[in-house]
Amino acid sequence: MARQERIGVFVCHCGNNIAGTVDVKRVVEELSHYPGVVHVEDYMYMCSDPGQELMRKAIQEKALTGVVNANCSPTLHQRTFRRLAEAEGLNPYRVEIANIREQCSWPHADDKETATRKAIAIIKATVEKLRLNMALTPTVTPLTKRALIIGAGVAGIQAALDIASGGYEVVLVEKDTCIGGHAMQLAGTFPNLEKPDSLMATRLAEVASHPLIKLYTYSEVEEVSGYVGNFDVKIQKKAGYIDKERCDACGLCLEKCPVVVSSEYDCGLSQRKAVRIPSSNTVPFHPVIDAEHCLHFNDGQCEVCREVCPEGAIDFSGEDTFVEEKVGVIVAAPGYDLLPVGQPEAYPEDPDIIDGLQFERILSATGPTNGEIRRPSDGMVPREVVFISCVGSRDPEHGVPYCSRVCCMYIAKQALLYRRAVPDGQVYIFYMDIRSDAKGFEEFVQSVMDEGGILYLRGEVSRMFRDGDKIKVWGVDTIIGRNIEISADLVVLARAMVPRPTTRELARRLNIASDEHGFLTEAHIKLRPVESLTSGIYLAGTAQWPRDLPDTIASAEAAASKVLSLFSREELLHEPTIASVGEEVCSGCELCVVNCAYKAIEIDKRSNVARVNEALCEGCGACAMICPSNAIQLKNSTPRQFFEIINVATG
Amino acid sequence: MDLSYYPGCTLKTKALNFEDSAIAAMAVLGVNLVELPRWNCCGTVYSMADDDLAHHIAPVRNLVRVAEQGSDRVVTLCSFCYNTLKRADLLMRNSQEKRDTINSFMDDEIDYDGQVEVVHLLEVLRDDVGWEAIGRTVKAPLEGLKVVPYYGCTLTRPQGVAIDSVENPTVLQDLMKVLGATALDFPLATECCGSFEIVSDPDAVVERAYAILGMAQRKGADAIVLSCPLCAHNLGQKQAEVADKYSDFTGMPLVYFTQLLALAVGVSPEVCRFDLSFGGVEALLRERGLIPQRV
Repeated sequence: MARQERIGVFVCHCGNNIAGTVDVKRVVEELSHYPGVVHVEDYMYMCSDPGQELMRKAIQEKALTGVVNANCSPTLHQRTFRRLAEAEGLNPYRVEIANIREQCSWPHADDKETATRKAIAIIKATVEKLRLNMALTPTVTPLTKRALIIGAGVAGIQAALDIASGGYEVVLVEKDTCIGGHAMQLAGTFPNLEKPDSLMATRLAEVASHPLIKLYTYSEVEEVSGYVGNFDVKIQKKAGYIDKERCDACGLCLEKCPVVVSSEYDCGLSQRKAVRIPSSNTVPFHPVIDAEHCLHFNDGQCEVCREVCPEGAIDFSGEDTFVEEKVGVIVAAPGYDLLPVGQPEAYPEDPDIIDGLQFERILSATGPTNGEIRRPSDGMVPREVVFISCVGSRDPEHGVPYCSRVCCMYIAKQALLYRRAVPDGQVYIFYMDIRSDAKGFEEFVQSVMDEGGILYLRGEVSRMFRDGDKIKVWGVDTIIGRNIEISADLVVLARAMVPRPTTRELARRLNIASDEHGFLTEAHIKLRPVESLTSGIYLAGTAQWPRDLPDTIASAEAAASKVLSLFSREELLHEPTIASVGEEVCSGCELCVVNCAYKAIEIDKRSNVARVNEALCEGCGACAMICPSNAIQLKNSTPRQFFEIINVATG
Repeated sequence: MDLSYYPGCTLKTKALNFEDSAIAAMAVLGVNLVELPRWNCCGTVYSMADDDLAHHIAPVRNLVRVAEQGSDRVVTLCSFCYNTLKRADLLMRNSQEKRDTINSFMDDEIDYDGQVEVVHLLEVLRDDVGWEAIGRTVKAPLEGLKVVPYYGCTLTRPQGVAIDSVENPTVLQDLMKVLGATALDFPLATECCGSFEIVSDPDAVVERAYAILGMAQRKGADAIVLSCPLCAHNLGQKQAEVADKYSDFTGMPLVYFTQLLALAVGVSPEVCRFDLSFGGVEALLRERGLIPQRV
């Protein structure tokens, strides 16, 4: 026999938002005769303290077994009222919201009669649903208090240090042979003109020696399974062929290696050997052999490095190895790339047309020219330098529609650093708008504009081409309305920041979303900016959106603080309104498995029925809709409940 | 293969070398260019004025002539004709209101609603004949000839009518390579020659011509390859003035792509009418041994 329901209904006026359209008194009157409803009450603002007090009193005095709150959308106050109910000893899943604002009074503001009748129907339907609601308790899952961080650039390093300083272990995985990311390539910061590599040096050293940080360089995350609190991660450690224990970094192998390839660290402006160590301040300082280019791995002959190594550290028989780590959370910080050469196609390929990162290398003391400003083609000191902003950015036809956010500032910085190195040089900067919207930025740009020899031209460049030893740049100054031709020695393109091509694949492995450009997508752009939609996976840095150093660090700190707040709990609670399988009905057809976006369902091999992983299920209901035999149902959103709702709505 | 062919005025007067070489070369490649029995002016310049529909009647009438011939495709040689016909066709396809107005104005003609595809000969060579087939047909490769491609404005602009990439077209280079010539990189390949400013501001055309011709010379080109009689006129007629004004300029032969195509596939040099080309093309080809020495 059904239990004797004692349901309370609380109708909110929401000032005039509801009561201005819905006849609240009539609603109260109608509901007071409804079966199972023992208490009906209306109030100006139910969410206010006095409003909540009314509900609290009614739960106690009338010994309510369920509550329907007729007010705004459940995204706003469902939590408020469920918490209140729980505090009063009523199971929170015995509280339902009837949305009579967004779905009733607002859209029907011009028709009071319809709105009132609809409000009554919505509330009655909700009462019917509530009648069949189970009293649920959240599922509890254990929590591994260890974090995996993918990418050891500025963002990954910051998050690692923050989490480790909170006392938790961090597994930091970096694809490259060393840590620090693009920041280590930069010549200076804006607006303070500090040296990023020396700013980073202490952090790199701290990461490398921190007892709670386990660093895997030259490694990639191969596979991720599990769920928040309990991820299993498989990491591929690429073979470096040089024994780290034996190698004392004497550099002999580097010196003798006969293979020469273009240097990634110097963005192609210098050459490196097949034995690789990016620069003198690399952390960790371990050379590796790049098997793709090494002669030994191509012709099987060359063994020069092995012969010269005094420590016998070279071992060509090394192989990629795999390690497994168990973590509770993941922070994804895989970083960015620049829009590749060849895009937009109007700009030709030429050694003296370079991108912003390449010019950072030329300006940098650790760069290919040891900090002397020399152009790539012939080594001459460029006297006329043209900068072009928004190359591919804000240009949906030829590149990407978004603003890359850092270019206006780094162009100003590079122009200033260039002028300090070449005092008689002339700089031209083509720009669309100057976007200098952070602390000290506008002042910095203005001070650069006031420098001699730096000319800002508002307009775009139509064509660039080599003419002898000059690059001809054709553009327009839209302020004076004239075409401009500049014979430049060097052209610097502020190419758009784009996600790394591998970020999409990483997103797939992590089962998190990426947007149309390939940037990782946050759970909510305003309210949950560093969480992914998969719980337990957080985002940091430029893989999410173009960011400068302070924004990157702030996002990494935010991600770390989300991790730390999760780690402050002993175990994880999970919403119980999830899918459950009627095992006697399930045929094991796997339709639910392939339709689950959260990979929360598996077929139990022994019994051949679907099993829902309670920690992974987000209660979206896709499985319940697709199941041909109705074997899967969402708790508290069952077909029977919907039939009752439809009965009221159509009755 | 028979293809309806719209010549336009210049090909019957100043650019006979363009037409004759094209017809002969295409015949070797198995394409019969069938001149429309009746045709009129292409309209010369596509009118950008929104309410100037009368201006589009000339090109649309030509398209009606094509449809009357029972053909759904028409090829042009002159880039300007291509541009005006193609854009008039797009206007008739895309705007129902304008299409109705123009059709009802021309009540003596059948209605035109986009039955005809307008193509340029370079598209036919690339897409119908194909580089491979042309390569197989080449009898006398243009070895050692260094040319720069010059598209001018009307083959690639606006975007909707471009026969190739708007920013970096390659169809002319590709053709030249197939013919055995060396196609040099030419940054000004799609720059304007000065166009109709030749009438109102000839000095401006001298400047444009110098920019283009001078660049071709600095790039080390033997000749400029083009497909537009107006470009040929502007860059050709003004060479003497350019040389007077800029002493570093010494002259630059101009040749239609069809002339080189014809020569390479074995058409007699007489048919190619190099004598009508500007800048000493004939002498250049003789010097390179690509046409026989005069006896």
